Parts: sequence; structure tokens; C-alpha cells
Amino acid sequence: MGLNDPKAPTEPKSTVVSQVSPNWVTTRLDFLVNWARSNSLWPMPFGTACCAIEFMATAASRFDLARFGMERMSFSPRQADVLICAGRLPFKLSPVIRRIYDQMPQPKWVISMGACASTGGIFDNYAMVQGIDTVVPVDVYVPGCPPRPEGLLYGILLLQKKVRGESLADRSIRDEQLLNEGGMRLPPDVVDELSEPFGNSIHQTRSA
Amino acid sequence: MLRQQFGDKIDRAEVSCGDTIVYVRKSVLIAVMRWLKESPDQDYQYLADITAVEYRDGERPLEIVYELFSLQKLTQLRVKVELDKARALALPSVVSLWKGANWLEREVYDMFGVQFENHPDLRRILMWETYAEGHPLRKDFPLRGRFSRSEQVRQALNANPEAHYSMEELSIAEAYVDLPPEMRDRLARGERGRIPDPGDE
Repeated sequence: MGLNDPKAPTEPKSTVVSQVSPNWVTTRLDFLVNWARSNSLWPMPFGTACCAIEFMATAASRFDLARFGMERMSFSPRQADVLICAGRLPFKLSPVIRRIYDQMPQPKWVISMGACASTGGIFDNYAMVQGIDTVVPVDVYVPGCPPRPEGLLYGILLLQKKVRGESLADRSIRDEQLLNEGGMRLPPDVVDELSEPFGNSIHQTRSA
Repeated sequence: MLRQQFGDKIDRAEVSCGDTIVYVRKSVLIAVMRWLKESPDQDYQYLADITAVEYRDGERPLEIVYELFSLQKLTQLRVKVELDKARALALPSVVSLWKGANWLEREVYDMFGVQFENHPDLRRILMWETYAEGHPLRKDFPLRGRFSRSEQVRQALNANPEAHYSMEELSIAEAYVDLPPEMRDRLARGERGRIPDPGDE
């Protein structure tokens, strides 16, 4: 579980298997560790806008998040497992969420809650990031504006399933994904492609 | 309806559409505002908003709108200043009259590019300090910004998030070590400072 050296030429990623070949013990160990991790995901609620209200509703008594192990909302990234970005992200806030994500220790996951966090939502303008995956790596996208609490719970269950599918032998999934020298996470053409308007937006009259 | 009791008759026009709107020329803006604030029968001591309007019709000038409210008489007044877009957009600042105009004028500068003379701290407030694409709410500014999305992400990620504090606020933080020791003790104990008596300055 080391840092990806951003200046080294990246060879194609191959699964690094441990010295011991997978057997019954490693499988049971994986099961135990992943069971523990998935059932005690401490969220870091990065709530910016309306989705944060729905997140609070999901955490409240009717759609309880505590039964999934997310009892303790940690507002310090140092003690959090999953960063839930609930709400739209302005460009001005993007270095902040990047810094919060970098401050979280491994293992960490990111849930992008809502349309604005996933793709920019209805805010296709000069001020909003068109999807936080241009800034931080995302594991689960939860669509909705805002997503119903049941929708967010489904996203969390998907994340739990993903966590349970991980293996301790594959150490590369726990590598820190840092920004490259230009300060970006993805190459520029990928960011442009991800930020392209889609769906109804391209049929509406917009400037540029 | 028409409130022609202004002392200065140098106003250009006066219109009322349910609200009272006064158009003022830039040269007399400060004088009119001071009169509105300080003259006892006007008493517009609350500046509710400063904003700007650029009409889609390119020939209409840019209007800066001041919303005033009189707490004593409970009346609203809208004061508009028209700025010719062909010339430099500059206005005297009303911060000397209403302290709240500080951030309101910063917002108008950030969004429309209007320079306010004698403003103590005119810099961007909504966009980040080093934003280079222009002034977003102008009509010639494209909706999605002038740079490509990747360039916007790159500039945003490389901007310094702490750079939006003013020099005054930063200097207070750095000056903590220079405070007199008894004051540092009081601050360390959580005292917030004493409430000044009415007799103090």
C-alpha cells in the first residue's frame, strides 16, 4: 500500500499478488476484514447543498443509517472511511474537497450523492464542477435530485458490496491516487469529455 | 407617488412602478446618498442591496441599483446609476456611508467588472482571487465560461483556498504573538473582550 509516484512512467497495472497464493485462510481473512470494513463505514459528510438535507433525512430515524454502521458521522477526514459528497461542488470548493480526500487515510471510498456531485446536475455553467470525479476518484454514484433516502441507502449497499468484493492480496487498490504534476487527476481530454453536456442540455439553446 | 422633495434637482429621471426608483448621475451619487442617509426627514440608514443590471438590449447602459430602506419611516427607495458601457465602468464607493457596502460592491465588481473608487478592499468575492476568465454576469460572457472544462478544473485545483482572507484578517492572526501578555492571557481564558461603555469613544 504505497504511494503512486506520479513522476515514474506508469506501466500497465497488474494485480500484485502476495507471496502466499490464495487459499482458505486468506479467503476467510478477506471475508473478515471486508465484513468489518463494510459494516462500519464511517462517513465524512461533505454536504454542500440540498442533497445534504436528504442525507440528514437518511441519517434520521425513519431511514436510519445507524443500522448500516454509519452511526458516527465523522467530520474530521482523518477518522473517516467514506467521503459522501452531497451537493453541488463549485470550482472554488474543489481544492478543498481534494484536500479533504487526501487527508483521509486508506482504506477510503467516495460516494457521489446526487446529480450535481455526479455530473454537475442542472448547473452546467462557469462556476460548478461537472462531476466530482474530475477531482476525486468516485466509487459509487447515486443519481437523483435529490436522491430519495432509499436511493442513497441503495448506493451505500452497493458500496458495501464493493467493499466485500475486495481482496487483501491486491495491494494496488489501496494505493493513494494523487494528483499529477499539472495538479489534475485526469488528463485534460478526459475531463473535457466527462464535462460535455448530455441529454436534454444539448437540445436547449445555450451560449457556448 | 413622485417624490420630488429632493434638495438636489440634478437627478435625471424619476420613475415609479409600484416602487420608487430614482435615477441619479454618477457625479452627484455620493452627495445624494449622503443626503438620503443623513438628512433627518429621509433617514435611509439601511442599505439593503447593491446590484447591477445589464439589459439584453445592448444599447441600454449598465445600471447599478442601490436598494435603500428607512427604518424609521419604513419606506423603500431604489437609486439607480446608469453607466455607459463604452466608457470605463467606475463609480465612487459608498462604503464611507454604509459599511455593508464593502462586500456588496465587491460582488458587483466580481460579477460585472465595475470599479469602485476609494473602496478599501476591492477584490473578487464569489469567484476565486485569481479567476482570469472575466466577469461572469456580463451578457458577453458565455454561460459555461471562456476556458475549457479541463482548464477550469486545473486552475481551480491550483488556486490557493486560503487566499481569500484580507490582509487585515491575516495580520490579526500573525500579530497574536505581539499582543500584550495580559491580553493574551484573557484571550487564552476565553474572554472575548469587554463591552465598551456608552461613555467610551
